[in-house]
Amino acid sequence: MADIPENAPQHCPGTGSTEAGKSSACQGCPNQSICASAATSAPDPAIEEIKEKMSLVKHKILVLSGKGGVGKSTFSAHLAHGLAQDEGKEVALLDVDICGPSIPRMMGLEGEQVHQSGSGWSPVYVEDNLAVMSVGFLLSSPDDAVIWRGPKKNGMIKQFLRDVDWGEVDYLIVDTPPGTSDEHLSVVQYLSAAGIDGAVIVTTPQEVSLQDVRKEINFCRKVKLPIIGVVENMSGFICPKCENESQIFPPTTGGAEKMCTDLNVSLLGKVPLDPNIGKSCDTGKSFFTEIPDSPATLSYRIIIQRIQDYCEKKK
Amino acid sequence: MEQTQDGGNLSGVHHIILVLSGKGGVGKSTISTEIALALRHAGKKVGILDVDLCGPSIPRMLNAQSKDVHQCDSGWVPVYVDQEKSISLMSIGFLLEKPDDAVVWRGPKKNALIKQFVSDVAWGDLDFLIIDTPPGTSDEHISTVDALRPFNPMGALLVTTPQAVSVGDVRRELTFCKKTGLRVIGIVENMSGYVCPHCTECTNIFSKGGGEELARLSGVPFLGCVPLDPLLSQSLEQGKDLMQEFPNSAAYPAISSITRQILDMASPQS
Repeated sequence: MADIPENAPQHCPGTGSTEAGKSSACQGCPNQSICASAATSAPDPAIEEIKEKMSLVKHKILVLSGKGGVGKSTFSAHLAHGLAQDEGKEVALLDVDICGPSIPRMMGLEGEQVHQSGSGWSPVYVEDNLAVMSVGFLLSSPDDAVIWRGPKKNGMIKQFLRDVDWGEVDYLIVDTPPGTSDEHLSVVQYLSAAGIDGAVIVTTPQEVSLQDVRKEINFCRKVKLPIIGVVENMSGFICPKCENESQIFPPTTGGAEKMCTDLNVSLLGKVPLDPNIGKSCDTGKSFFTEIPDSPATLSYRIIIQRIQDYCEKKK
Repeated sequence: MEQTQDGGNLSGVHHIILVLSGKGGVGKSTISTEIALALRHAGKKVGILDVDLCGPSIPRMLNAQSKDVHQCDSGWVPVYVDQEKSISLMSIGFLLEKPDDAVVWRGPKKNALIKQFVSDVAWGDLDFLIIDTPPGTSDEHISTVDALRPFNPMGALLVTTPQAVSVGDVRRELTFCKKTGLRVIGIVENMSGYVCPHCTECTNIFSKGGGEELARLSGVPFLGCVPLDPLLSQSLEQGKDLMQEFPNSAAYPAISSITRQILDMASPQS
């Protein structure tokens, strides 16, 4: 159902369907014989190749959210920084947000390019044990827009998973765009044989955001992706002058806490709004080193510990 | 798709505005909703088409999430928010059985629905049709711009927040507009500055001035800054009209000024 080519005739049943090559819409389609031979319904050979590649990766974590701008990339970047503080661990961060890659800037890697080597694309290293890959490294100018439809984005994601030379890695963190569409289906599909430890879902406290996040949780259940837990970001703001707390994005329906009880998923923690977080993301620095004592940093540490515990227990 | 060359269901629509942003969560739906409400205050008839298929927010923001879409001879009847039928809405949110159902669709299916949304909704006579989009520069955007090209849209309103991370994505969206030949009406900077309710100290949580700077560098009009305002989020959460419920909100003057500029730009055209 999901694999109708761009240039397919109307009512194309999809190349993977049992009707492929046989339905009335297939009459006259130049690819009819390929579809009818069932070659297209076999699983993509890349899935096996990716499994091979991923056998060197111990833990794979997806960062998801139905809603945009809730802090997926901020969270992914700092999950990577936090895990990489243990020098014995190798961490990789993959940005599959093809149309809006934010990871290069947040990691202070704007303008970096990817190099080709015999064993594939070499990722860009922030530290000795922290490797990053993003479509942002493949663009020639910061104004370049990637105006691609689904199939091209999927091809890129496949290449990222199959052709990047990560080496031996303890944690692979995958940052995704908002929604429940091509990018998400592709990552889950391509990693299906290799196995994903689970997904971390990021939300903000308002209902407008939670309603999209509930959809994302349903998506995870549909594709049988385990959920590590939910992070509530931007929850409360402490005024730097008077130190009183106020709710910029009020949790009118009980916030993430109530949603987690209702849907039976665990709440990993709440992160308050801190203007310094935005600033350190803009300048590409880790706020673990910039603002080590901020309440936001402390709650990040607890969340990262919980994720680590979850992954260790799974092994 | 081209069965009716004379405009079909969009023939009674005067101005089409797309609300775009490369970045998610910057307030596209918020700005769409508030501008629609402000245009209504100016006595205009407004339609909102929500093409964010994976995360439709508009129904909730206008307190219409429980309504249904009906069929008529000329297509789908949009949902009316009020008795006077001054704001009409169409969103995938109205077509889902359960509000939490996930729409797990790849591009081609999304494109087919967008084409239907553009051609099959019986809007009737509208002064403005506002099109709210998901973040990015992909299937939904290409399809919407393609489908609307025959109707000569007035242009695109780009929404950003002040941080560099967000402005970077909006720069890409500007390139998208250039490549697809879509006029840019202007840039709106949302969430710029937050006034603490306890001590009235203004903090720039997501920094400041990024949108204005971008507008200057790229030579497109800058329409204004909308401050972070808990009253604004509250009114949207409950589906209320900001202008009626909270007339002294800090966001109110910003939104009415943006709306006035849009009206000014629209008047010489018609």
